[in-house]
Amino acid sequence: MNSDKTIQHSDAATVFNKNVERVNWHDETLWFVREKRDRSAHQIPEWELLRETASQIKFNVLSNIHDYLVEFEENAKKNGVIVHWAADAKEHNEIVHSILKKHEVTQLVKSKSMLTEECHLNDYLADRGVEVIDSDLGEYIVQLRKEPPSHIVLPAIHLKKEDVSETFHEHLGTEKGNIDPQYLTESARQSLRNTFLTRRAALTGVNFAVAETGEFVVCTNEGNADMGAHLADVHIASMGFEKLVPKRKHLGVFLRLLARSATGQPITTFSSHFKKPREGKEMHIVIVDNGRSVQLGRPEFKNSLKCIRCGACMNTCPVYRRSGGHSYHNAVAGPIGSILAPNLDMKKNADLPFASTLCGSCTNVCPVKIDIHDQLYKWRQVLVKEGYTPKSKTIAMKTMTTVLANPTVFEIAGKTGRFMMKNFPMVVNNKLNKWYDNREMPEVPKESFREWYKKNGKANKGKKDE
Amino acid sequence: MRILFFNKNKKEEEMKVGLFIPCYVDQFYPNVGIATYELLQKLGCEVDFPMNQTCCGQPMANSGYEHLTGDCNTNFIANFSGFDYVVCPSGSCTLHVKDHLHSDSEEPKAEHIRKTVYELTEFLTDVLKVETIEGEFPYKVGMHQSCHGQRGLKLAQMTELNATPFSKPGQLLEGIKGLELVSLSRKDECCGFGGTFCVTEEAVSVKMGQDRIKDHEKHEVQFITGGDMSCLMHLEGILRRQKSPIKTIHIAEILNTLQVK
Repeated sequence: MNSDKTIQHSDAATVFNKNVERVNWHDETLWFVREKRDRSAHQIPEWELLRETASQIKFNVLSNIHDYLVEFEENAKKNGVIVHWAADAKEHNEIVHSILKKHEVTQLVKSKSMLTEECHLNDYLADRGVEVIDSDLGEYIVQLRKEPPSHIVLPAIHLKKEDVSETFHEHLGTEKGNIDPQYLTESARQSLRNTFLTRRAALTGVNFAVAETGEFVVCTNEGNADMGAHLADVHIASMGFEKLVPKRKHLGVFLRLLARSATGQPITTFSSHFKKPREGKEMHIVIVDNGRSVQLGRPEFKNSLKCIRCGACMNTCPVYRRSGGHSYHNAVAGPIGSILAPNLDMKKNADLPFASTLCGSCTNVCPVKIDIHDQLYKWRQVLVKEGYTPKSKTIAMKTMTTVLANPTVFEIAGKTGRFMMKNFPMVVNNKLNKWYDNREMPEVPKESFREWYKKNGKANKGKKDE
Repeated sequence: MRILFFNKNKKEEEMKVGLFIPCYVDQFYPNVGIATYELLQKLGCEVDFPMNQTCCGQPMANSGYEHLTGDCNTNFIANFSGFDYVVCPSGSCTLHVKDHLHSDSEEPKAEHIRKTVYELTEFLTDVLKVETIEGEFPYKVGMHQSCHGQRGLKLAQMTELNATPFSKPGQLLEGIKGLELVSLSRKDECCGFGGTFCVTEEAVSVKMGQDRIKDHEKHEVQFITGGDMSCLMHLEGILRRQKSPIKTIHIAEILNTLQVK
């Protein structure tokens, strides 16, 4: 990863906004999902209580993570599952590769796992001669296009059916120009069917891991995780350590929240429980840290680990909807990605907490009540103090503070050509006044309020009355 | 016109209100300050505008420079101590003071201000217990609720939550004669101003503003009103560039059509 070559969110968003029609379509598509979420959530009278409960369960998990992890490992082992621990992405990838190597497997079918995106597993395995096929339809599409997913639940949401048609024509030999979704889906299905039947190893993500039983739950709409895992000799499940819930009974809370928050469905089509390997087969769980324990140690940001990856914050985010997932240059995009990413690499991801208006809608839709917009604000403070923001901005801010904190200077600056006109809110970009590209400046009034007040305000009136 | 409000809290002596006018409102939108000042006086408050006030520090804090806002805080405390309430025609600035005004040497004073600082409309509905304002504004109006006012100060119910709807500014506008308040398709979508966001993320900021305006246009409004001049300044900038006939107006200016007999 070369941090210097990362395209800043604002630059990528500018490019994304060049095609107005597409931005509108992207915005409206995701807003449609947000509205579906609203309708679905508002049908549950105890919705807000569910969110609070989920939030508290996760708080308990994060506060006792060591004990739950030990309990989970013990129970999983009892069930005959092989448990691995990975400190970081590299170790995770090495473990997965070593399992495949042991079984002399060079082809892997993978259902959706944002963790493997975070670890860049596909590239790692490809470099070592292992072919990975993503079996989630959206992931499959972006994989064919050699793109990362742009959304954690809807990986190809940045693409229109015309794009998919072209991609499939190129890679699967479908009819050129045929944009019938039914036809395209069926073509992917036929192609993936062969993959499912011939792969000996399957990798899935983990939505929830139950400490009490050692089992894990994988939620999909396409059944692709099940198809992969059931047909393979080896099932590898990769999970971030925060995926735990204490007991089976807690699953009810999360399963009710997850799909409603994500897409507005009451529940995912498949919520599959995996507990032990079938006879003669192997089941592995790789428990990954990769920066999570560091985040757990940051009191202000610890709650970000409650995330259940529903994507609701992305669908509601007015910035995400108008900048697209790829502009966030991180496996997890959107508001939640912007509070997780700086933990992984502050320098590379310093722009992300600023890619928000702090409108707070993300916090309100979050099913586990993560204070996302407050954490964005707090990351800004951290990133500035750590020196990861442009120096020019710091100088401008210091100038602004000098003027704004001093009444005399403020008044003089106000009189002499309206200091504010030049410095607020255009303070960051004095050279090129970005405000004016698409907006008129406010018209400067004859006098400021304080000038009016001096003449007409209380003090003056008092004098007149005397 | 008759005043139709019931001030249950009003004591013998007038309430001492410190008028906090955001720095950019002072400089660009004096009429909003004047409307707020006059309105509070009409409602029986003793209003004082401390002349040495400057800025609450929000532009710096939201940009990650909260650590530089110490002097702003000191100045704010010096100006606004000794009032019963501090009232401000901006949800965003009010929220900043409520959340971030601290002082090592004068924390009790800071705390008093944090607890008694109110955005204008919530001050009217919650403290003065104004039920309705009998003014007149015979136009079709769209309400742009600022995010900090709505989600931060909870001036109105948020569409994301499964909870009973209410709106403090909406309640006040209901009594205005001739005013037709439209219901927007996206009731509480952000306008994209976002402080320095409006220049650092110019493309998205402008697109958000344009989309916000489209929603109002779709409902054929003549005015867009709101409780935060920063949102309105951004929307006004776009409207004027588009040569749109739609005007922006701060809610204080509408409420100040209240006639006192």
